[in-house]
Amino acid sequence: MEEVDVEPTTTLIPGIDFTHKHLGFVWGPGDILVYETEYKATGAASSGLCCPFVHVVRKDEDIYSPILRKLFNESHHIFVGLQKIKEEVPSKNKKPQFVSISKNYRSVIRACMEELQHIAVSTRDGNLATQYGNQVSILLAVELIWNLCEVLFIEAAPAGALLLHLLDWVRLHKADVDEKAREVLQSESPAEHPAYWDLAISYVLQGRTDEARQILVKQATLQPAARGMFKLLDTLLMKMPVYNPGGTQTLTEFDVNWRHWHEECDRCLQDNSFASNRHLEAICKILVGDEDTLLEQKDLLGTWYHFLVTRLLYSHPTVKPTELHYYAQSSMDMFLDTRGAPEPLDSILLAAFEFDIHQVIKDCSIALNNWWFVAHLTDLLDHCKLLQSHNLHFGSNLREFLLLEYASGLFTHHSLWQLAVDYFDHCPEFGRVYLELQIERVPLDTERKALKVLRICEQRQMAEQVRSICKIMAKRALRNDRLGSALSWSIRAKDAAFATLISERFLQDYCARGTFSDLDLIDNLGSAMLLSDRLTFLGQYREFHKLYGEKRFGEAATLLLSLMTAKIAPRSFWMTLLTDALPLLEQKQVIFSTDQTYELMHCLEELTAGKVIPSLDHPMQDEDIETTKVELLRLALARNLALAIVKEGTVEG
Amino acid sequence: MDCINAKFVSQKISKTRWRPVSSASLHQPDIFATGSWDNEDNKISIWSIGEHGNMDDEFEGDPQLLCEYKHNGDVMDLQFLDQERIVTASSTGAVTIFRHHQNSQTLSVAQLWDRAHHYPCDNAPCTGLVCNSPEIVTVGEDGRVILFRADHKGVMRTIENADSSTIHAVTFLRTTEVLTVNSIGQLKLWDFRQQGNEPSQILSLTGDRVPLHCVDRHPNQQHIVATGGQDGMLCIWDVRQGNVPLSLMEAHSAEMWEVHFHPSNTEHLFTCSEDGSLLHWESSTNSSVPSFLQGGRNTSVLSRSAVAPGGGNQSLTSGWLSGDSTKGHLETTHMLPSQNLSVNSLDVLDQCLVCGTDGEAIYINRQVPV
Repeated sequence: MEEVDVEPTTTLIPGIDFTHKHLGFVWGPGDILVYETEYKATGAASSGLCCPFVHVVRKDEDIYSPILRKLFNESHHIFVGLQKIKEEVPSKNKKPQFVSISKNYRSVIRACMEELQHIAVSTRDGNLATQYGNQVSILLAVELIWNLCEVLFIEAAPAGALLLHLLDWVRLHKADVDEKAREVLQSESPAEHPAYWDLAISYVLQGRTDEARQILVKQATLQPAARGMFKLLDTLLMKMPVYNPGGTQTLTEFDVNWRHWHEECDRCLQDNSFASNRHLEAICKILVGDEDTLLEQKDLLGTWYHFLVTRLLYSHPTVKPTELHYYAQSSMDMFLDTRGAPEPLDSILLAAFEFDIHQVIKDCSIALNNWWFVAHLTDLLDHCKLLQSHNLHFGSNLREFLLLEYASGLFTHHSLWQLAVDYFDHCPEFGRVYLELQIERVPLDTERKALKVLRICEQRQMAEQVRSICKIMAKRALRNDRLGSALSWSIRAKDAAFATLISERFLQDYCARGTFSDLDLIDNLGSAMLLSDRLTFLGQYREFHKLYGEKRFGEAATLLLSLMTAKIAPRSFWMTLLTDALPLLEQKQVIFSTDQTYELMHCLEELTAGKVIPSLDHPMQDEDIETTKVELLRLALARNLALAIVKEGTVEG
Repeated sequence: MDCINAKFVSQKISKTRWRPVSSASLHQPDIFATGSWDNEDNKISIWSIGEHGNMDDEFEGDPQLLCEYKHNGDVMDLQFLDQERIVTASSTGAVTIFRHHQNSQTLSVAQLWDRAHHYPCDNAPCTGLVCNSPEIVTVGEDGRVILFRADHKGVMRTIENADSSTIHAVTFLRTTEVLTVNSIGQLKLWDFRQQGNEPSQILSLTGDRVPLHCVDRHPNQQHIVATGGQDGMLCIWDVRQGNVPLSLMEAHSAEMWEVHFHPSNTEHLFTCSEDGSLLHWESSTNSSVPSFLQGGRNTSVLSRSAVAPGGGNQSLTSGWLSGDSTKGHLETTHMLPSQNLSVNSLDVLDQCLVCGTDGEAIYINRQVPV
């Protein structure tokens, strides 16, 4: 077994004294059930009654946050879109699409974050506000990591362009510069604002030279004496070469230009051109990439990765992806030495700079309390063909493992389970099995919900689950005395055994009441009638009553007889059928022909000779009544036979 | 699709309805109600898309929640009784009238018929309702049809065992006549003037047992109804003409949950489905009669591989038609960006359309081309 990466955290369960009691637990797909056992450690004194509660321990609380639900829903949509790309675009050149999908994911995170922030500020409940605040900071970190992964792995920018992307990344996540700018610029005299120089330097640290120049002009007008110095810095800032990936300039040409500019800045420093103004001198030192000066701006930089990007901007603007990890590691060491050990976020980012995707995913899985982030990021990276070489010791592959975990979590939610279905669909190896096991456990409160679940199963040819859902619904209908509904459900499930059972109930009801219930259904069975023999009989028997009601006696008689001779009718029902034949035998005109009468007699004899006098249907009835019935029938049959012979003889004559 | 506004609301939406606009005003509708389903706590909510005093530009057209109220059980159906009152059908079998207090923007329960639909010892979901103020007719899985009056506590009339299977939807044909559709593909007409528990008429596609999920009556022609079924098929019926529908069109690839004629512009029809699509059906025709009312002919024009009904249809409808049916032409447009989660409900009024999905989103289009 592998070693654990981090020490597991301990969760104390209120109400259970774990020093004296032993706990039992059961794994669930998302939650764990914990209960107190009666097991006693040897020597421990009996400590009274057992705690009567079963505790549900939930790892993932986020799934129950109403705002994060939007994240799950919106990202589901993007996820499904991403899976379709695979099929539609065969060419290798899908990068722009992947980048745009990555951006979509990030904008969803941002939208959620903003809403959470908004609510965190407006809520009055202190606890809730803290909770929202925590979620915001988690989302911030998530978006930061995602954005870096986008730049490094998906965009995979080459030297030159790489730094531009990293600059954008830092600018986006150091938004307090813009807030500060607003504050300074809206004040009466910006140049005298206490945060003025911080702002100017922050601009330079982020490589926003145009904005830096604009704000420096304000100071220059206040200090006419130093105009030359300001002018010089302005020129340096203006002349700073910026690589344009789409332009005609090659990276080498840019590098030459940049070196010239760098030397020029350096010369100005050597000349002591800015010696009389420490702020301008500091800016110029930043421009030449002086590390000590940069480290003096720790408070403005805020993070080691901002330091890293600024350092690259002014010392190694043509940094190659492969060199990144060296600068990242050293920047982190330089920046953090006074601040203690790196936090999880730091090591995740560092792993990203080292292009160790698996380490990034692993660390994120440990640090974050839900699977949303790793599942979606891994899926996207997998689509970019970045994860192929990796195999797990368990399950199929990393992507599928994470998606399954995420989707299983969704499935435990009373409402979000529908989203999980699409995730399972795109897990080729185990998705189907997971779905089969989970879908049967969705509680079905209404038929409409059952229909939705059925649709999911039918679209995926999950015959077993379709049968089981229909059976659940049929049983429920039967329990509630809704025979019609029960029959409809068993027809939909093609469940012959259950259809037989319900048909029996219909026939029993008929025998008890003398009328059929649910005629609208039975009259409309159509081909569904063929599902079970008993159902066929039910439909045919009803057809007989219809014909009889319409006084189409000839057809009715033929049908009645065929029900017995073709063995469609259950033997237990023959007596009822023969009794039904009585009024036909008693009609004035002859309905049953001689042959038919012989057959009826044969049926009656078969029934009585075998001593299976139909006691099933009339268990409480007197033997006498049965005998009388048989006698009556025999008499009627004999009379009919006589009439038929006479009639047929007459016709022949 | 640019004019479509989507809002994620953190609950699966089962029903969306515009508040009726008073006929005197020329305003576009700006308030709608939604009901949720399958949540631990379900709600009915009132939303506004109108102008608000403190509304920023970025929220332009974004629906704002005015008020919400807890609803016991899934909201199975929801209708405005009038400008202030909303009737809901619940999966617990209850029928509730809510009052929307527009001054304080609050909701309260005005009337509750608990377990209106029920089994002998269990709850039976109420699946659908229709209002014709003050009358309310509800139907349920228990096969009952119940008539209420908004101002009466008691039940006015119950038709027990109106159906042996589940009744999915109901609509008024006339003031005393309703039409129900059930889970074995039948349309039943009920006349409340007649005593007894027998329908005055039963229509069904012969040999077809496909469950029907929704029904809507033509706003001007009381005998014309549209139904949608489990196979996504759209049927137009003339209830005077028995078992053959006027037309039969393949619309969706899964259950059609709702169908609505445009209330004032009846050449337009809207359908939504479990397959995640919302379709706008527009008949451009020279005659005054929309082409989907013109019988089997138009089905050949349809690109959606429509199924033509049995022969003889033409002669059946020709008496009803005055114009030339061959000029009929039917166009369908997808109204939503592609997504695969069920569109459970839609409502259209004037140029405004609102729909709700299992993807927990409400979509609003304020420029429906009608």
